Order: sequence, then C-alpha cells, then structure tokens
Amino acid sequence: MGLLEGRVAIVTGAGSGIGKATALRMSQEGAKMVVVDIVPDAGQETLATIKERGAEGIFIETDVTNSDHVERMVDTVQSNYGQINILHNNVGVGGSKSAHDTTEENWDRIINGCLKSVFLCCRTIIPLMLKNDGGNIINTASVLGLVASPKQSAYCAAKGALVLLTKQMAVDYSVQGIRINCVCPSDISTPTHQRFFASREDPEAVRRSLMERHPINRFGKPEEVAEAVLWLASDSSSFVTGVALPVDGGLTAW
Amino acid sequence: MRLKDKVAIVTGAGSSIGQESAILFANEGARVIVAEINDDAGQETAERIGKNALFVKIDVSSWEDTKRMVKSAVDHFGGLDILFNNAGIDLPYATTVVDTEISDWERIININLKGVFLGVHHALPIMMAQNSGVIISTASRAGLGATKGEAAYCASKGGVVSLTRQLAIDYGKYNIRVNSICPGGIDRPTIDRSEFLDQSVGALERRNEQIIQKVPIGRLCSPQDVAQAALYLASDASAYVTGTALVVDGGGLAL
Repeated sequence: MGLLEGRVAIVTGAGSGIGKATALRMSQEGAKMVVVDIVPDAGQETLATIKERGAEGIFIETDVTNSDHVERMVDTVQSNYGQINILHNNVGVGGSKSAHDTTEENWDRIINGCLKSVFLCCRTIIPLMLKNDGGNIINTASVLGLVASPKQSAYCAAKGALVLLTKQMAVDYSVQGIRINCVCPSDISTPTHQRFFASREDPEAVRRSLMERHPINRFGKPEEVAEAVLWLASDSSSFVTGVALPVDGGLTAW
Repeated sequence: MRLKDKVAIVTGAGSSIGQESAILFANEGARVIVAEINDDAGQETAERIGKNALFVKIDVSSWEDTKRMVKSAVDHFGGLDILFNNAGIDLPYATTVVDTEISDWERIININLKGVFLGVHHALPIMMAQNSGVIISTASRAGLGATKGEAAYCASKGGVVSLTRQLAIDYGKYNIRVNSICPGGIDRPTIDRSEFLDQSVGALERRNEQIIQKVPIGRLCSPQDVAQAALYLASDASAYVTGTALVVDGGGLAL
C-alpha cells in the first residue's frame, strides 16, 4: 500500500527537474498523477515514464501564469478524476540579474512565474479541496527565499514572497484541513541549474563558490527534493504546516 | 544633525510613517523629496517641512514615475543619498488567497514589492557612481510571519524582506547599505482584516486592545517609532548594518 494510494496529485513544471522527480516519486506511492507543464514534449515524456511503471496519470499542457489556462487545467482534472488531493506548485522562472540591470520585463516574468503562478493555482484549487474536506499543498520555494545570493534580485524577491505566501495560506486554511508547506532547495542538478551556469560569465567560478556554500560539499539531486515533497504530501507529516523546509545540504546552517 | 546635507527620498510621505520620517529626516538636516500619490497629503508634508522639501506626485508602481522621482532629487537637490521606499497599501477586505481578486493581487504586489524594485533600480546608478548610499524599505512584521486574511500583503512584504537581503549582497561593494524595517502592532488597520471589517462602534478600540495584548511593551506602534528606526538606518550610526530586517514591534515577535 503506497503512502498516497488513491490520491490525485497535480505537479506543475513536471516535465523536468524537481517536478519530474516528484511526479515519478508520488506515482510510485500510488497517486494518480496530473503532469502539468508548458512544454508538451517534456510533460508527455514524464507521463510516459509514469505509465511504463504501471501507474496512472494524465498530462495537461498549461501556462500557470495565465488564469484561463489554470482554470481549464483544473476543469480537466475534475472531469478526469473528480477530486484534487495534492497540489505541488513547482514551476519557477530563473534568469535574474542585479537590480540595476533588471528590466521591468525581466522582473515581471520572474515574479509571475515564481509567485503569481502559485497564487492562481491555489486560488482555483483550494475551494475544491475545501469541498473535499481538505488537501495538501507543497510549493517549491528556494533557499533564496531565506538567504540571498548575488545577481538574483527578482528571484530572491519572488521566493521570499512565496515563503510568506505559504505561511499565510497555512494560517488561513490549516484549520479546514489543508496543510500548506514549502521546500527550499539550494543548488539541485537540473536542466534549470545547467542553464543558470551557462548564463554566467565564468560558470566554473560560480560553480565553485556555490559548492563552497554547501557544508555537504555537493549539489543536490531532484530525487532528494522529491523525498521531502513526498513527506510533506503524506500523512507522515500530519502536524506540519506553514513550514519552509530547507533541502540544502546545510547551506542555510552557517 | 544626523543627516546634515544629505538628500533623501521618502515615498508614501503624505501620511503616517512616511510623513513622520520625512519630517524627522528634514529636522536632522536632510533635504527631502516628498514622494506621494495623493496631492493634498504630499503638499501638506512638504509645507510642514518648508524650503528643504519638494513634493513629487508619483505612483511607485510606475517605471516612468519612479524614474522622474529620482531625477527630481538630482535636479533640485543635486544628488541622492537616502532612498526610503515606504509607500504601501493593503486592501479593505479579508484577503484569503481564494477571496483575492486577481486585479487586487496585482495591485498589492506592484505597489508594495515592485515599487521597491523600481525605486531602487533608478536610484542605484547614482549611488554606485558616488560609491555611497542608503536604501531603506518598509516591510512589515507580516513579512516575517503570517497574519490571517492577508495573503497578498504577507507575500508582498516577505518579498521586500528577501529583496532587501539580496540588494545588500550585490551593492555592499559600492558602500550602499540596504535594510528593511518590520513594524508590528501598528496603529492603523493593516492587522487582522476580519476585525477591520467590523465597522460598529468601538470595533477599532476592541481591535487595538487585542493587538496590545500580544505586544509585551503594552502599546501600539506609532509612526514615530518607525521613523526613529528609519533615521538610525539612514544615518552613519548604522554604518556596519546591511541586509537586515529591523523589527519594530514592541516585542510581539518574541512571544
């Protein structure tokens, strides 16, 4: 009997990286997976892997920064499964710069991708969870919502806001049976992380300095974040709500 | 005179924390750009200060307005030493995430969070060129821990706290200090929306009484309390302080 047997779980940004790892891990525990991504090929690939392993799921192409898309996505889940038990808001957008180098367009893109997307999904899905006597929401924030890093102005702003949005929602909805938490990963080896390095002038120097910030002396794996998300999504964490759980190899312990 | 010959911008300077801070900064020797969206309120603050103030009508969520605001400091007072991003709003209804209109979410995020980014973005080149500067932003106790019925507000203020830390890292090498202030137990209706919605006689007093019960120091926070914190962060007294969120809450967070 899996930890999430019979539950319906949505993972946004499930086409790659942390989202993909979470979707695969949750499906292993018996959840019916709703794979959400803006990139059809990536989402389909995640779904195919889920099905190969004998689990159930659907893929819905969605831009989670668009409220019409989000509503359509939720309608599709409802007509397929009739309920939503778990929501993992995992979509994020990188590409930050220092504040004086940040254009308005860049700021808006990152704030919308990392923050508004969570607002829109929660706003649409929480009423359904309330009708359903509860649910579970996990957001992918970041250690950059807890501490700062160079040239990450909009990203730090967005993730700090997301940490507080998580806590705020926990304060409002925990009593009604919805637990809401976030994970705060540090550097996780994902395609996004690769793109981040590629965008820097001296990728090797950036890699070294980031590695030095990790007491564990390595970067994380998406699967390690997925384990934390799974724990928060499962009944094992039934008294845990409103927390920002670092999965960071000790980065915020200094 | 702790801010002698300094040029400061204070946004939201027409009332409350912004007004007290603008006046206090001026009393300490600063020349002040009174940035405010409300004409009457901005004029009043500028008149109370006198010749060392200039009222500039702006919307902090506008790229063009914030650019003009910074330019006016340079044009009228010859530079910019202190930027106090204080303008902020809340909604007059309980904003659980489900109840929040999308347009209201955007308004709160754009004024409270993007407004800080925009002011900073335009001020930084000047501060970097002179290799000095002070940036202060009004965050909130609600940017450190959540308040019921305040989804958009908490998110926006959490963003300000986090953005502040980030700016401190990028611009420390230019001798630019960046800090936020987190007032709590403040004597204005930003706490507990549901109580605020109660308009009956005595409701405000009952609300304040409830807040005071959660404040060890036993009274509400005044705009002057926050202005004094802003003065400390603006002055050389805090020369080694950067990236912090200074809590001014009468001990509420310590409970």
